[in-house]
Amino acid sequence: MTPVPGPVFTPEVAVSVILILLVPFAVAGISLINTGLGRSRSAAHTMLASMCIFAVAAGVYLICGFAWQGYIGAPARVIVAAGREWNWLARAPFFLHGLEFDGAPSSLAACLQIFSVGLAALIPLGAGLDRWKLSAACASTALLAGCTYPLFAHWVWGGGWLAQLGVNAAMGHGVVDAGGSGVIQAVGGLTALSIAWILGPRRGKYSLEGMPTALPGHDAILILFGCFLTLLGWLGLNSAGAILFTGASPARILLISINTPLAAGAALLVAVSITRFRFGRPDVSISANGWVGGLVASSASCAFVTPFAAIVIGAIAGALVTYSVEWFELHFGVDDPGGAVSVHAVAGIWGLLAVAVFAHFPAPVVNVAAGALRAASTLDAGQWLAQLVAIATLIGFVLPLTYGLNLALDRFWPQRVVAEGERQGLDLYELGAGAYPEFVTHSEEFTQLR
Amino acid sequence: MKLAGFLFLLAGWAIVVAAVVLLPPANPRAIFVVAGVAVEIIGLALLIRSNPLAGMEKE
Repeated sequence: MTPVPGPVFTPEVAVSVILILLVPFAVAGISLINTGLGRSRSAAHTMLASMCIFAVAAGVYLICGFAWQGYIGAPARVIVAAGREWNWLARAPFFLHGLEFDGAPSSLAACLQIFSVGLAALIPLGAGLDRWKLSAACASTALLAGCTYPLFAHWVWGGGWLAQLGVNAAMGHGVVDAGGSGVIQAVGGLTALSIAWILGPRRGKYSLEGMPTALPGHDAILILFGCFLTLLGWLGLNSAGAILFTGASPARILLISINTPLAAGAALLVAVSITRFRFGRPDVSISANGWVGGLVASSASCAFVTPFAAIVIGAIAGALVTYSVEWFELHFGVDDPGGAVSVHAVAGIWGLLAVAVFAHFPAPVVNVAAGALRAASTLDAGQWLAQLVAIATLIGFVLPLTYGLNLALDRFWPQRVVAEGERQGLDLYELGAGAYPEFVTHSEEFTQLR
Repeated sequence: MKLAGFLFLLAGWAIVVAAVVLLPPANPRAIFVVAGVAVEIIGLALLIRSNPLAGMEKE
């Protein structure tokens, strides 16, 4: 009688689990950064909203998100066009039904995705700081975790049509996004842009002539401590993503562990230098945004670039974030207190493009998502097109989808808090107590409640 | 103008998808993909211009 094989828990699986368990640090880091960049009278609200958003995202993803995202090799819906099968939606059971948590890649992917979707859902909060209702933020998160995120994640990480571009359309290795520059960050960042457009700017942010007023974050220590935590989280995110979604060997963790902080550090130094040169002193919030922008841009290619290339990727991300924060606020009229659009959408899209510019793929490493390995080992012109198609899909499909969903939600369930709530601060208005009750920085508002 | 911007975004994406699925892997496909991205950029510009606060500081 042949023995039935038991659960597989190899050293590689143990390493993957440890890496996945680092990802919550990224969630905590982004929460702290958002809280620090907001105003003190909404600080407790922002932290509570971060936790609620994570909870809703994990719950909705468990119910239906993973079913639609699926995993490599899972049953899927396909469209046959031009003689080829294009995989567009997974057909896995709801509630993770039937998934064996035995260390198989599908169970590891599900575990990582619970944290990834939470991270993606947190990003729009940075754009909606100080004026986004808690209930509306949770409802919007449900739309992201149940619809927008699983769809795009399936296309790139679940063996969908973007991953199939290498096999079906001879475009390099198909779309490569190891740590989620596009899947997590750009999807979250474009949702943040939608939220910023729908909510409109904070009261007092723009003068009648349209000139923006500085409303600085209230706690630089929270912001900078959050930056340290994000590094820890990103090390896990980039490493686990590279192993699970691009088939990189666990040995690549060493390269990823070098590239990730190098990219973040380069981005930080560029942001510090630019703000020092332009304003006379380094700007803490923009420099912190630069750091996270470097992490975001490093994600897609972290396992396939040299350390020098990682520095270049990070440096360009730092410059992009620094200037785009200003452009969005000054020229585009977008009030984004957390810099979420610049940090996550702009740097994320740059990260996707950086794969085509800098990555070298050892054969046969990538394209496991398409169910077939390609032997190409050097830069492929088709890789440019594949990455460009992913960016076009983000801007041309994900942005209209997420904007439409959130606009429809806003029609039924207005997302912006009323003027009185914004004046009091969300802590008092929605929670009934301030985060720092012993501070008397907003005395006239507190005294009204005596 | 905002609606037009979103229509441009979707049209640009449709061009990209059609080029990927229908055209052979040669120059025409790359040209159509780039053209689709260009249409999306026009859509983005329209969206940004549709924001009442965009560019006000210049006036």
